[in-house]
Amino acid sequence: MIDGFINAVSVCGPGLEGWRHSRPILAGQQQYAWRETLPTAPSILPPNERRRVGAAVRLALTIAQQAHDMADLAPGSIGSVFATSNGDGAVMHAMLETLAAGEPVSPTRFHNSVHNAAAGYWSIATGSQQSASCLAGHDATPAAALLKVLATVRATQQPQLLCVYEAPMPPPLDAKRPTVDAFGVGLVLAPKVSETALARLCVTYRPGLAAERDALNLTALQVLARGNPAARLLPLLEALARNVSVTFSLALLESSLQVRVQPWSAVSESLN
Amino acid sequence: MRPLVLTATTIVSAIGRGSTATLGTLRSRRSGLVPCDFADVRNGYIGRVPEVETHALPPALALFNCRNNRLADLALRTDGFADAVAAARDRYGPGRIAVILGTSTSGVLSAEEAYRSRDTMTGLLPPSFDYTHTHDMFSLAHFVRSALELCGPAMVISTACASSAQTFIDACHLIESGECDAAVVGGADSLCGMTLRGFASLDLISPVPCRPCDADRAGISIGEAAGFALLEQTGDGIALLGCGASCDGYHMSAPHPQASGAIAAMKAALTSSGLEVVDIDYINLHGTGTLANDAMEDRAVEAVLGNATACSSTKGWTGHTLGASGILEIVIGELCIRQGILPGCLNVTKLDPSFRSRVILHNEERPVHTVMSNAFGFGGINCSLVFGQVR
Repeated sequence: MIDGFINAVSVCGPGLEGWRHSRPILAGQQQYAWRETLPTAPSILPPNERRRVGAAVRLALTIAQQAHDMADLAPGSIGSVFATSNGDGAVMHAMLETLAAGEPVSPTRFHNSVHNAAAGYWSIATGSQQSASCLAGHDATPAAALLKVLATVRATQQPQLLCVYEAPMPPPLDAKRPTVDAFGVGLVLAPKVSETALARLCVTYRPGLAAERDALNLTALQVLARGNPAARLLPLLEALARNVSVTFSLALLESSLQVRVQPWSAVSESLN
Repeated sequence: MRPLVLTATTIVSAIGRGSTATLGTLRSRRSGLVPCDFADVRNGYIGRVPEVETHALPPALALFNCRNNRLADLALRTDGFADAVAAARDRYGPGRIAVILGTSTSGVLSAEEAYRSRDTMTGLLPPSFDYTHTHDMFSLAHFVRSALELCGPAMVISTACASSAQTFIDACHLIESGECDAAVVGGADSLCGMTLRGFASLDLISPVPCRPCDADRAGISIGEAAGFALLEQTGDGIALLGCGASCDGYHMSAPHPQASGAIAAMKAALTSSGLEVVDIDYINLHGTGTLANDAMEDRAVEAVLGNATACSSTKGWTGHTLGASGILEIVIGELCIRQGILPGCLNVTKLDPSFRSRVILHNEERPVHTVMSNAFGFGGINCSLVFGQVR
């Protein structure tokens, strides 16, 4: 078991535009309505770089910036983990078309094709020299991401930013890798409890034990949660929004990660 | 940090399959670089592993068939690596060994081929193209984990040319957390149009075999490699003693001119090893052969370690194996310690006169206890690791 404390959360997805807007929806207090969400280039990026980044990187930077804002941290003041399976599918598709046609490759597109593009732009935007890691795990991306970031928080005793994001692939890659909508979750995780902690997060790796098919309270989001790897973290967001402890599991191939979210207020109430 | 032991390692690159072949080529100072004849690319030189074209994956893993996974499989079946992991699997259990691997482009060559065979009417990719098991980034870790019959945590780290070096740091954290007892780290990157033509678009491909640290260096030669290490908390072998990582926060493809990110990573590696500057016997440079990288790294080495420590790049032998360069050069560093050899830079006719660090141009035979290995990547990612005998 590895644990840590959630100090901030951000979300960006269809009809879920930032934590403040999404919290009452995820708590069941407001009606959910699907609406396409296309994050604009975050203000934190210099104008030159803003023109160069595609939708997937904009999504990652938006959740990174919002999580930092909520934690009241100077942007880039902590290490980061960016986790995505698809990366920037639009850049990949454009590169592959160019290569197949034997046309000249754009140097900007080439350096944007690296899987760590979002981490690179984040560090450029914030002028940060903090470490960054970028991981991929196909459908296991959120499980791998929570394991990795909590292990790093524990080992370094320093807070970390985690961004898990997934944007759909353009055709024809989408037929090979279907992804429902664009969705991202940002978390700031700390090794020790503080006044600003929202919840305690515990994960346990369970070799050989498959993930359960956990149900969401908000059934309208079930398609998203099943069809976008990053949205498999929706039960975590629901736990925070509803202020209730939730245990769910995330698949890692034939094995799984058990995730327990204990909102701080819920824990305090149970103690009283 | 608490040292982790590399109880087994394996490497395959253009200079040979396995440690004996690799050491022999380092000793004889024969470059593995040849004129580029890969696919339709004809400029510069490459470090190719021809065996990868005829090597077959085990039938049960045929879904994973692509150049990158075949290269990985070659490495698994070299120097007894798969057997060493099987023994560890018996000791710890298959669920207690993590698989954390680095790659920058995974099996993208398969996607390149598929894009040339799109249906002319629908634009669809051919049914034979298995995205999940080839091109997808996770394919490498999924394949290796399946081949080694493990069921521990798995992930791919993809931070461009720092990818496989960074897997050592992630493995340290995961082992320390107690969620696993050991980890298979390293990675693979293989030749593809994406990187050969991408680096050409940046004017970074050297027209002659790359010559890191030469005054007239003109870019990189791309190579391919796969390598792995089994990391355990105890056992016999060279140990990972320290690690450091940082970002430049400067530019996507150009290194920080003042080297501040690289300096931060190297200092952090030295600090976490608990060693002093004088304890480092050799630095295996990232040393790509581009004007900017080598000048930046020289500045970083001088700032952190001064000018007494011998350093060199081995990319004149192997080419720049991108995401695999970390594990390739870590295994070379391990050979340096085991065999007491320092490989001087290859292909250099005139050392860059502006360099202040102690770049060696000829092989030296002497005891080597501790090696620092650097890997830097696009996106301004820096990783520095220190290896040596456990004291």
